[in-house]
Amino acid sequence: MAQQTVGLTAFGGYIPRLRLQRKAVAQANAWVAPNFLGKGKGERSMANWDEDAVTMAVEAARDLLGPDDDRSHVDALYFGSTTMPFKDRLNSGIIAAALTLSEQVRAVDVASTQRAGTSALMQALSAVKAGEAKHALVLASDHRKTKAVTAQELDFGDGAAAVTVGTDNVIATYLGGASLTVDFVDHFRGGTEEFDYNWEERWIRDEGFAKIVPRAVKAALEKSGVSAGDIKHFVMPCSFGDKFVQQLAKRSGIAPEAARDTLAANCGETGAAHSLVMLVHTLQKEAKPGDKVMVLHFGGGCDALVFEVTDKLSSQAGKRGIVGSLANRTEETNYLKFLTFNGLIEWEKGMRAEQDKKTALTTLYRNEDMLMGLVGGRCTETGVIQFPRSRISVNPNNHTVDTQEPYKFAEKKAKILSWSADFLSFSMNPPNHYGMVVFEEGGRIMMDFTDVEAGTVDSGMEVKLVFRIKEFDEKRGFRRYFWKAVPVAANAAKSQTGQAAE
Amino acid sequence: MAAGIKDKVAILGMGCSKFGERWDAGPEELMVEAYLEAMQDAGIEPTQLDAAWFSTHIDEIGTGKGGTPLSVALRLPNIAVTRVENFCASGSEAFRGAVYAVASGAADIALAVGVEKLKDTGYGGLPVGNMGTLNPQWSPSGSAPGNFAQLASAYRAKHGVSKEDLKRAIAHVSVKSHANGAKNPKAHLRNEVTEDQVMNAPMIAEPLGLFDCCGVSDGAAAVIVTTPEIAKAMGKKDIVTVKAMQLSVSNGLESQHNSWDGSYFHTARIAAKKAYKEAGIDNPREEVSMMEVHDCFSITELVTMEDLFISPEGGAVKDVMDGFYDADGKVPCQIDGGLKCFGHPIGASGLRMAYEMYLQLQGRAGERQLANPKIGLTHNLGGAPSQNVCSVTIIGAQGA
Repeated sequence: MAQQTVGLTAFGGYIPRLRLQRKAVAQANAWVAPNFLGKGKGERSMANWDEDAVTMAVEAARDLLGPDDDRSHVDALYFGSTTMPFKDRLNSGIIAAALTLSEQVRAVDVASTQRAGTSALMQALSAVKAGEAKHALVLASDHRKTKAVTAQELDFGDGAAAVTVGTDNVIATYLGGASLTVDFVDHFRGGTEEFDYNWEERWIRDEGFAKIVPRAVKAALEKSGVSAGDIKHFVMPCSFGDKFVQQLAKRSGIAPEAARDTLAANCGETGAAHSLVMLVHTLQKEAKPGDKVMVLHFGGGCDALVFEVTDKLSSQAGKRGIVGSLANRTEETNYLKFLTFNGLIEWEKGMRAEQDKKTALTTLYRNEDMLMGLVGGRCTETGVIQFPRSRISVNPNNHTVDTQEPYKFAEKKAKILSWSADFLSFSMNPPNHYGMVVFEEGGRIMMDFTDVEAGTVDSGMEVKLVFRIKEFDEKRGFRRYFWKAVPVAANAAKSQTGQAAE
Repeated sequence: MAAGIKDKVAILGMGCSKFGERWDAGPEELMVEAYLEAMQDAGIEPTQLDAAWFSTHIDEIGTGKGGTPLSVALRLPNIAVTRVENFCASGSEAFRGAVYAVASGAADIALAVGVEKLKDTGYGGLPVGNMGTLNPQWSPSGSAPGNFAQLASAYRAKHGVSKEDLKRAIAHVSVKSHANGAKNPKAHLRNEVTEDQVMNAPMIAEPLGLFDCCGVSDGAAAVIVTTPEIAKAMGKKDIVTVKAMQLSVSNGLESQHNSWDGSYFHTARIAAKKAYKEAGIDNPREEVSMMEVHDCFSITELVTMEDLFISPEGGAVKDVMDGFYDADGKVPCQIDGGLKCFGHPIGASGLRMAYEMYLQLQGRAGERQLANPKIGLTHNLGGAPSQNVCSVTIIGAQGA
């Protein structure tokens, strides 16, 4: 029996649209850290206040899965991140609920290392190879917090990537890979700590990357039976600069020009997501059928995987991916806003923010598909679509009873009917935009808007829906998620302005 | 169809506290203030009261729950006290309870008192409340101005009105109410303002600026009702009777069904139609002498002029700008200053509206007295445009 082809079957990506200008950060901090002025170039991606590793992963997954309601084919979900919002509540379970995946899905959180993304991918590859999964969804996402006035706040970015692993319509065949596990502590984040603690960069570069990566490369080449000279794309996150990555490739016998863009200039390093972010970027930009790609991620050792791109790659042409995400950008020059969004500033939120945000978990579970998956109802007799679902239909002409079947709203076309920009109610990013969103096929939801600037919204504007944090319950460490509307035209206009200014 | 309430119940007395930032008074003192005035007006003893209705919206910060806060504050003679709450229309609910009790014959004389003590929260505007355990998990955590402001965007889209024209029209709504409120010694806000002042005020919730929002006030109002026969036997003259009392409550259509366009109040139109029928009014634009409507925000008042069938649909901007609703207009609206300037102590507002209509019908409105009004309408709304309760009450001279 011929060896079954296992590999990547699709990809998706998501980078938050805000791009913090490093110059603004460096200048604000120059009084205490003039040494960072030299790093004040380019931009890093910056999550909105209502985004975390889970919400970004959901966005990357939606890009991959497309608008189809039926996602029952996904039978495994591996989520890699070092910034999972919950220590004990299955984070991939939240993602599965938001994506309305089948209850039968095997969902696994992979954490505690920068190579969580590649390790998640390796687990998925193993599961598919073993025949235990047919369509495994791999998500990697990170939203790392950094102390103010650190190199990390300039180097890091926020983002997520998604790939699926399967045996049909493979766009990149898995040829083999290796994992080295080395307890090399270049940085760590203690179990109760919010921030990384870092050791000297020169040691990390010379004793860590320079010595450990080549060993991983060698092992992966051996496992895959590919020679170093055949690697066309050397995909490895690293914040020591492109030149260093090229040298590292060269040292392993790989052509230096195979070293792919680390996206340091326009995105920043997205933590455990970054190898997959770079992989998706490479598949969108440079990769051609027949090319061999090596994906690496350093951290507590190193993962290295080798793929061969197939002619099915063209099936992914419509994806936003990382290239599309990077193009949808809004420049942010307000460093204080970045600090505030990341909880680094104690600011007076006003008495309206004192309201208790305790979430009734019973209510949440009872209404899980509604709250997590944005699932409403459709009357099987009259076809009337509504949100939320109810036993008695809202249809004014026929209040049918118990006729509703679940109906998914998240991927449907919708427009703004009415709205306001509210300066009174508490918002992490005032004014608080919200309004009535009306769906083309039927149904409407009064909902929060996000990723929006004052003065850009009006009735009739198209929106798309995104899964976001609704509220933080700071007292109990919980966070509520729900869906929000993003005005599309407003974003497009902003993005164009941003690019023109580039 | 039911025979309706018309002329079955008369107002025996009314009272209203001074509205405003009543740092000097708790809810108990406010209730007593309104109650004593109403009792003096009615000319009765507490022992003559058969039952009482008590309205307050935010019991958590005001009076506490139940009927006891009213009974204890007023030292009522251990009669029935029913506490009612229906958002900002709570006052009209208390009124309705007392009127229905008298109409049914279960009570000869009934009392309704509404109160709200809002200025014990430590901040401006209305307190933030939870709406159960499910709503906060998906509904926007917005504010009243943010909800009502949405009328403006939908109204503009529907009627093709420019941002500037609508902004000026709603500014005129507030200018008129300030001019009226300035003449009312019990009003919270007694300053006149100009259209430019209103239009240039700080934004609260687009397009509503500070002067597009009503006052957040402390206050109480009370009414004592009986039958017209008992009122007459007590020697009362210029008897004012209840002509109609309707309440329409959203059933989720506006918020869940695409037949509602967001520019008007579905419930107000239903309540108004039923009220006119109950009162025997065929042409409201001609027959209604004056109105107190729920002008929580200027845009609410503007669209309500159409919902009450006084202005034609799409015609409110013109009527407002023509001064149709000004003190010297055809149908003076908010002659006491309205929620905008008299103030909006939530549980009291429905009764405060009736208080002004009652004073006007009895010719006791002082400096703001209108010439010979016969029919007064109150419109009291609770909730948000997309989901609300709407009360329309009509009172008038007996026989009118």
